[in-house]
Amino acid sequence: MFSWDLVANAVVAGILLGGFYAAVSLGVSLTFGLLDVVNIAHPAFVILGAYAAYVMNSSFGLDPILTGVLFTPLFYLIGAGVYRIYYGSFERRGEESLRGLVFFFGLLFIIEVALSLKYGVDYRMVEAAYIGKSIDLGGVGIAFRLLVPCLVGLAMTLALYLFLSRTFYGRAVMGVSQDQVALRLMGANPVRIKTIAFGLGIAAASLSGALLITISPVVPSTDRDYIGRVFAITVLGGLGSIGGTLVASIILGVAESLMATLFGPSWSLAVSFGILLLALAVRPAGLFGR
Amino acid sequence: MKIRGALVVAVAVIGLGVLLGGLRVNPYIYFAGYVVLQYVVIATAWNVLGGYAGYVNFGTPAFFALGAYTSIALLEAFRAPLPVLILCGGLVAGLLGLGIGYLTLRLKGVFFSIATFALSVVLQTLIINWDYVGGAKGYTLIRPPVPFFRSWAVLLFILMVVLAVVTVLVARTIERSWIGRGLAALRDNEEAAECMGVPTLRLKLFATTISGFFLGVAGAPFPYYVTYVEPSSTFDLNYAVNALAMPMIGGTTTWLGPVIGAVLLGTAQQIATVTISSELNLLIVGVVLVLFVVLAPEGLTGLVRKLRRGRA
Repeated sequence: MFSWDLVANAVVAGILLGGFYAAVSLGVSLTFGLLDVVNIAHPAFVILGAYAAYVMNSSFGLDPILTGVLFTPLFYLIGAGVYRIYYGSFERRGEESLRGLVFFFGLLFIIEVALSLKYGVDYRMVEAAYIGKSIDLGGVGIAFRLLVPCLVGLAMTLALYLFLSRTFYGRAVMGVSQDQVALRLMGANPVRIKTIAFGLGIAAASLSGALLITISPVVPSTDRDYIGRVFAITVLGGLGSIGGTLVASIILGVAESLMATLFGPSWSLAVSFGILLLALAVRPAGLFGR
Repeated sequence: MKIRGALVVAVAVIGLGVLLGGLRVNPYIYFAGYVVLQYVVIATAWNVLGGYAGYVNFGTPAFFALGAYTSIALLEAFRAPLPVLILCGGLVAGLLGLGIGYLTLRLKGVFFSIATFALSVVLQTLIINWDYVGGAKGYTLIRPPVPFFRSWAVLLFILMVVLAVVTVLVARTIERSWIGRGLAALRDNEEAAECMGVPTLRLKLFATTISGFFLGVAGAPFPYYVTYVEPSSTFDLNYAVNALAMPMIGGTTTWLGPVIGAVLLGTAQQIATVTISSELNLLIVGVVLVLFVVLAPEGLTGLVRKLRRGRA
């Protein structure tokens, strides 16, 4: 049964999957890692983005990833709005930790149930020219439906990295995560900076949702699988570290892919949560933590 | 209310339950009543950890399902009687609670919550791959003839009345003892409490174990109630959301809060399931939860307290 070909294929597929996982986790790295906002509803926004891609694809034949890009401004605004509510209700009163968590948990639940009310619990998928094609590199097959999301994920990671390190607003976001009072003394408004960053996080979520539905069909409850994954990745990578997020994503992608190939797909989900529990118990600061 | 007064009320509630069990009303009342009372147990048990100690547990389904699956394993192995199932279901879930109690040494706040959620998914994966208790296909229980009572519905209903009363009594006793005050202290500021000599670790272990125990107790009779148990409905996210929402709506600082929340929200859900649709009733739970956290963070009991203070 055991063959190196199978393992090589699983590793390559895992690396490609990792690039996509990075895309899903970037938003959490930004909101949870840097802003300390526990946006546990992040995966629900990913699914919302996936359904936006599905609707545009099935009714107008638009390319899912193009749709994802087109929808980012809308999701940016939604994210900014959600953060304003969160700030007004919890952060300003200094009760963000517990009740804020419950707020986002409720939000996740509402989005999930609303989607299943509107679109039912059938699996939804998209069609595009590159889905189903693949190239063969000496026995190792590379499926385009994995390759394209991986490349987009890498591009998103690079873009976020450049944004945080090179631009004024990006540096301000880093500043918010370090010292809010100092930032205020420098004449910047932390709430405004956080609103921008949170909006970006949700926009990244929606774009990664378009990648998700390119890879595999989606149901409203898919978000639950990703709660563990995204938090496993952000914790493992080290909170707020963009490079760490990418490395952790690839580790998780390869681990899941190997597990699915060697033991069967029903075990692969346990990998992410197992890694999360292990990371939390042994080294909560993560691989590249501060 | 003194302890004796509380006991009188408890016995009266159980008596009322038995009386209701004797009446020849529509059997659906017992089925619906069982679910509402089950939520009283779940919400109260969750609140011992979440409300008193301030550790938010997202893993309610794990404990509930562990109770249910312990029952199934014992039924499969020895055809154990119901009281044994309830006790063992509680003990196994209590052990898991003790385990997550040690987790609190390293994980505070948000990280604890995420870890409990992860725990629930890992446990579900294990159960799906464990064929002895039915695996992904599920387990069908053939109920033996009902002892003592008219029907299983009546028996289970009265059983849940008793379990709910016991759970609430225990929670109330904890709340009013030095343990409750210690938990409240560590909820407000764990480091300060530790410095003042509050044995925070032992109290946290106590809270997680008791909370886990009663969540398991709530799940243990579940196989008898549904007769068909499968992982995705037993590990349902609804349990996690309801366990949070009910105490939040009622108020988390007293034993009365979760009871009020469970009765109100549980009954509303039962009515909505029958009259509208089961999907829509979930949406209602979510919206009500978010509205309460944003607008009335102290819950209904907090609102009442505020109104009284305003008038006085």
